[in-house]
Amino acid sequence: MGGYAAFVWPAYAVTLAAIVLNIVWARRSLARSREEARRRLATRGEGP
Amino acid sequence: MTWTWFHRLGSPPYVYALAARLTPWFAWPAALLIIGGLWGGLVLAPPDYQQGDGFRIIYVHAPSAWMSLMVYTTMAVAAAVGLIWRIKVAHAVAASCAPIGASFTFAALVTGALWGQPMWGTYWEWDPRLTSELILLFLYLGYMGLRAGLEDTQRADRASAVLAVVGVVNVPIIHYSVTWWNSLHQAPSVMRLAKPTMAASMLVPLLMMLLGFTLFFAAVLLVRLRGEVLSRERSASWIREIVNA
Repeated sequence: MGGYAAFVWPAYAVTLAAIVLNIVWARRSLARSREEARRRLATRGEGP
Repeated sequence: MTWTWFHRLGSPPYVYALAARLTPWFAWPAALLIIGGLWGGLVLAPPDYQQGDGFRIIYVHAPSAWMSLMVYTTMAVAAAVGLIWRIKVAHAVAASCAPIGASFTFAALVTGALWGQPMWGTYWEWDPRLTSELILLFLYLGYMGLRAGLEDTQRADRASAVLAVVGVVNVPIIHYSVTWWNSLHQAPSVMRLAKPTMAASMLVPLLMMLLGFTLFFAAVLLVRLRGEVLSRERSASWIREIVNA
């Protein structure tokens, strides 16, 4: 990296982290909402 | 002209199903474009004649900065639609945008600092571009904090929408800050009316990354939107079919 490795790789790491975290957070958020809905329906006796 | 398609977008079950169907159509092209852009930017593009290999930070910095502005604009438009037409799904879109935009604004600030140190000799300067980008991060955090602080969803929607719409004035300030004021930050080299000033071997990977990040935003937004719609439509009967599927 011509002497710039200490700046280039951390920049790529931070951006990659933003991408991965966004995927994880989005999937978790959807899973949590589904689980809450399932629990609520089960409480009301409408679940599976 | 029929407006049926627009009215359908106000229907939570329709939007939930549409988001589920569309997500892979954005996610896979995004992955391919980002991988291709990374290969082009890190391997194929030649070192810059002034900045050497340090310029390669542009392939993550510029797309992150683009995301910070584009996501905020999307959020503000969705919030305005929610405020004006009282469409709940529009508020759900705005709420789904905020964490995505905040994370990429943070990435833009950090990657910019990592570029600034070898090029300008400092990680941070209270420069118009950097300062207005930092204000954008605070706007995102303020938006999320306001939503989290209000238990009533409708009040949270209205209050946060006003903040999002008012805050959008910062977007053109960020974009034009390098031309309106003396700035350490370089002038636009791609997002400008005239022909880009970059060589094609450097520009093509950057355009791939910009498009890839945009499609990535669409894919993640759609997943988040499904969760947001589900949590808002708690008692609706269509939820039962989804949860039991």
